[in-house]
Amino acid sequence: MLVHVTDEAIDPGELATRFYRSHPDAAVATFAGFVRDFNDDGQVDSLYLECYVEMATRVLNDLGKTAQERFGLRAWQIVHRFGQMETEDPIVFVAASADHRGEAFAGCEFVMDTLKTDAPFWKREHSGDEGQWVTVKAVDKDRRERWSTEGLDQ
Amino acid sequence: MTITVKFFSLIREAVETEQLVLELNEKLTTVEALKNELGLRGEAWKEALSHPNLIQAVNQRVVFQEEGISDGDEVAFFPPMTGG
Repeated sequence: MLVHVTDEAIDPGELATRFYRSHPDAAVATFAGFVRDFNDDGQVDSLYLECYVEMATRVLNDLGKTAQERFGLRAWQIVHRFGQMETEDPIVFVAASADHRGEAFAGCEFVMDTLKTDAPFWKREHSGDEGQWVTVKAVDKDRRERWSTEGLDQ
Repeated sequence: MTITVKFFSLIREAVETEQLVLELNEKLTTVEALKNELGLRGEAWKEALSHPNLIQAVNQRVVFQEEGISDGDEVAFFPPMTGG
């Protein structure tokens, strides 16, 4: 399954092992993101991640195909969790395989930088009884924009 | 025509609604017109749907508010996305 959007727990180690076995290409890069236990205001106890599932599935599929074409990937996979999570729970897993490490790393990074701002998920962090929606960070916008600029000479 | 309208995150909370199925006048042909129509439901609706950072999607694709809508479409309103 290339894209999987789920409210069930994901296991990045198992996903990576399966990907390596299914795609024994020369270079394979994987990324896993986890719920952090802090933000700019202090401690975070848990995270609720809202999702527009139908659109997220479509956006992530389009994103994977774009990465495949742009970086010449041989294979890719994107798995994204939503719903109620605790700190250190895995949120996202991305894998990309290619003939050389540069393309595999770039494919993985492009997918992560783009899905942060383009895939319909919304984080709500909880600390004690307080909960607040996370706003888009400038660094995430910058990283997303970087691929648009660099895309001109790809 | 019949359309489905979905609301997410802050917008869902502001209008206290997850989803609507609406029968619309055939003259209401754009997302902008739909926003104006929904804004008539009250101040909370008007404020949420006029937020400068509001994003709108038609059939799961992000669009400008001038985008046309037609029978059977799914329209969604939400704030900037924070995935990953």
